[in-house]
Amino acid sequence: MKIAKLLPALVSTVLLAFPAYAAELKIGLQDDADVLDPAQSQTFVGRIVYTALCDKLVDISPDLKIVPQLATEWNWSDDGKELTMKLREGVKFHDGTPFNAEAVVYDIERSMTLPESRRKSELKSVEKVEAVSEYEVKFTLNNPDVTLLASLSDRAGMMVSPTAAKEMGANFGNKPVCSGPFKFVERVQQSRIVLEKFEDYWNKDNIFIDKVTYLPIPDTTVRLANLRAGDLDMIERLAASDAESVKSDPNLSYESVVGTGWLGIYFNVGDDPKADNPLGKDKRVRQAFSLAIDREAANQIVYEGTSMAGNQPFSPKSPWYDSNFPVPARDIEKAKALLKEAGHDRVPVEMLVTNNPVAMQFMQIVQSMVAEAGFDVSLKTTEFTTLLDEMSAGTYQVGRADWSGRSDPDGNIHQFLTCKAALNDSKYCNPEVDKLLNEGRQSPDNAVRKQKYDEAMAILQDDVPMTFIGHQAWIWALNKKVSGFVPTPDGMIRLVGVKKAD
Amino acid sequence: MFSYIVKRLLVAIPTLLIISVFVFSLQKLLPGDPVLAMAGEERDPQLIEYLREKYRLNDPVPIQYIHWLGSAVQGDLGMSLRTNQPVLTLVAQKLPVTVQLAIMSMLFAFAIGIPMGILAAVKKNTALDYVANVVALSGLSIPNFWLGIMLILLVSVHLGWLPASGYRPFFEDPLNSIKTMLMPAFVLGNALAATLMRHTRSAMVSVLSADYIRTARAKGLAERSVVLEHSFRNAVLPIVTLSALLFGELLAGAVLTEQIFTIPGFGKLIVDAVFTRDYAVVQGVVLCTAVGFILMNLVADVLYVVLNPRMRASL
Repeated sequence: MKIAKLLPALVSTVLLAFPAYAAELKIGLQDDADVLDPAQSQTFVGRIVYTALCDKLVDISPDLKIVPQLATEWNWSDDGKELTMKLREGVKFHDGTPFNAEAVVYDIERSMTLPESRRKSELKSVEKVEAVSEYEVKFTLNNPDVTLLASLSDRAGMMVSPTAAKEMGANFGNKPVCSGPFKFVERVQQSRIVLEKFEDYWNKDNIFIDKVTYLPIPDTTVRLANLRAGDLDMIERLAASDAESVKSDPNLSYESVVGTGWLGIYFNVGDDPKADNPLGKDKRVRQAFSLAIDREAANQIVYEGTSMAGNQPFSPKSPWYDSNFPVPARDIEKAKALLKEAGHDRVPVEMLVTNNPVAMQFMQIVQSMVAEAGFDVSLKTTEFTTLLDEMSAGTYQVGRADWSGRSDPDGNIHQFLTCKAALNDSKYCNPEVDKLLNEGRQSPDNAVRKQKYDEAMAILQDDVPMTFIGHQAWIWALNKKVSGFVPTPDGMIRLVGVKKAD
Repeated sequence: MFSYIVKRLLVAIPTLLIISVFVFSLQKLLPGDPVLAMAGEERDPQLIEYLREKYRLNDPVPIQYIHWLGSAVQGDLGMSLRTNQPVLTLVAQKLPVTVQLAIMSMLFAFAIGIPMGILAAVKKNTALDYVANVVALSGLSIPNFWLGIMLILLVSVHLGWLPASGYRPFFEDPLNSIKTMLMPAFVLGNALAATLMRHTRSAMVSVLSADYIRTARAKGLAERSVVLEHSFRNAVLPIVTLSALLFGELLAGAVLTEQIFTIPGFGKLIVDAVFTRDYAVVQGVVLCTAVGFILMNLVADVLYVVLNPRMRASL
C-alpha cells in the first residue's frame, strides 16, 4: 500500500477510535470575574461562571419562575416563617463529598457567618437552618420573607463542598469546589477561567460540552471580532450598535431578552447641602423633569431598538408592572406648567454620569430633552468608582446609575427606596412606602404582593425620588455551530442542553 | 565593575522609596472608596466596616504607608482587595507575559527600525531616505488601538492566519504563545521602530561624516564593511541607551494593546486595579515596574562599558 493511501486510512482509524468528539466552548465575557467564592463574589460575570460551576438549591426559568435544582420540592408554613425543602438524592460535589442536608446547613451558615461574606443581607431573614433528615432541610425565619427563595436561586443558594470550604476558609475562591455540571480546572487573572465536564453530575445526560473556557474581553468590538474569527463560540453583552451586523451574518446567531434590571435617574432628596436645590426639594420639579423625557425615543436611539422604554422598576412586560401608570408620553407643556407652578423658570442641574460612551450618549439626549422644559443640565462625567462614592455619600444632585436586576420584584425596588436601605442613594424615606414594600416581602400570595407593590408605585410615581427610563436587553451573539442556548432575563448563560456541532 | 553595579543598585533604593511614597499618596488623593467598589451591588454596612478594618483603611495614610513598607521589605506586597490573592502572586503571573511581549516587541522594533535607519543614513537625502522617514512617521502616528483592531479584522477575521486572542503561557505551549503574541508585538514594535529608526539614522549620519570613515573608504574597504563594521559599531551607543529606555517602558505594560488582544499583562492589571481602587495591586505593580526600569538603565550603562573600551577607565 502506498503511503498516500495508508495515511487517510490511519487517520480514519484513529478518528473512529475516539468517537466522542471533545466539544470545547469558548465564551467571551465583558469583564473578569472577581473572587470565585459564591459567598464572597460580587460581579455579574462571576455569576455567569457559577451557572456552570455551582448548582443552586433552586433555579430560575426563562419566565422567571422558581424551579427545582438541588432542591426538588419545597413548602412554606402557614405563617410564612418556615421553609422546608426536599433535596435531590445521589448528588456529589466535585471532590466526591456527598450532597445532603448537612451540607446545606453548613453552606448557609457559612454565608451567614463568614466575615468576608457578601450574602449576609440576602440571608438576613434566616434565623436558623436545620437538617430534618438526610435529604430534608428546614429554614426558620425571624420574619416572613418570600424573597428568600429568589436569594436561594442565586449565590446565597449555591452549594459548595463543605470539605473544601472547611479546608480553604476565605481562600475557597482560589480553587472552588461545587456540584455544578462543570468543575474548576484553572484560572489566570484577566486571561481565562477553564472548567471541564463533571462526570458524576446528576444531570450529566443533558450536558454536551466537555470543556468551557471563559475569556474576559472588555472591548465589545474586539469581543465580536474574536467571535467572527472563530476564536470564541459565544459572547455576552453584544453592543446594541452591532446587533444588525450580527443578525445579517450567516455564521452567527443572535439572541436577546429584556432583562429584569433598569436604567435609572436618581434625585438626591436627602439632607446633604447638595440636595438643597429645586429638584431635591420639590416633587413638582422632579415630575416635570420626568415628563420632559421621551423615553421611547431615547431608548430607540441609544439601544437601537433592543431595550424597552419603562417608567417603573419592573419592565412593562413583567407581571409586576402596574398598568395604571403606563410609560408616559413626553409632555413639555405640562412639564413647563409644573415648573411654573413650583415658581421656577429655569432650573440649573448638575448630573453625575459614568464615563462610558453609552451612558453618556443617553444622558446627552436626556439633557437636550429636558432643556426644552427649562432644565439647564450640566453633565459631570466620572469613572464608576467615583460616581459610586458620591452617590452613596449623597453628595450629588442628580445621578444616573443602572441596576442589573433580580428575579424577585423585591430585589429591584426594596433596597433602593426604603429608608436607610443599603442602595438608597436618593436618600428617600417615606414610612408608608416602607410599610408597603416590607409587606410585599411577606405574603406567599402573588396577588397580595402585587397589590402592595401597586400601592407603593402610586406613591412613588407622585414623589419621584427616582425616575426609571428603560430596561436594557441582554444580548448574546453565538457561532451558528452552537445550539440549544435559551436566553433568560437574568442574563446568565446556562449550559444544560447546549450543544456544539463539529 | 562589580562594585560599580553594587553602587548603582544601592543608589536605586532611595529612588524606589520616593516612588513608593509618591504613588501611595497619589492613590489616596483619588476620589472613590475601594471598599464600596468591592462591596458591589450588595452594600452591607457591617461588611464594609469589617473590610475597612481588615485592610487598615481606617488608619491615617502615613501609618498605612509605614505598614505597607514594613511588609514590602519582607517581600510581602499585600493582598488584592478585589480577588483576595497576594499581590506577589499576581505580579508573578503577569511578569513573564509582559516580559515576553516586551522582548518580542523589541525584536520587531530592531528588525524594522535599525536596518531602515542605516539605509536612510547611507542613502541620505535620496528617495529611499524620504520613504523610510514617511514609514517611520506613520508608524509613530497610527494609534495602537486602531492598528490592533485593523490587524484583528484583516489577519484573524478575513485571513484566519493568527488567533485574535487566547494567550497561552510560553512554557506551556511555546508555538501558540508566540502566535498569539505576534500581532500585539508587531503593533507595539512598529511604534517603537519609528523612534529607533530616527535615532539610528542621526547617529549613523554623524558617524558616516567622521574623518576615520573617510580614511576607511580611502583605504579601499568595501562599503559594506565601512557601514556595518566601522560606522554602525560606533553609532550603536545612543541606540543602546534608547533601547533600554524603550524596553523599560514596555515593562510598564501596554494598556490598550493588552486590552485589544486580551494579553494578561501588567497594563491590564494596573488599569483594572486603579479603577477598582485596589491600592495594594497598584502599589506593587508600580514598584515592580520601577525596579524593571532601573535595572534596564543599569544594563544599558553596563553595556556601554562592554561596547566601548574607552569607558572602562572611568569606572
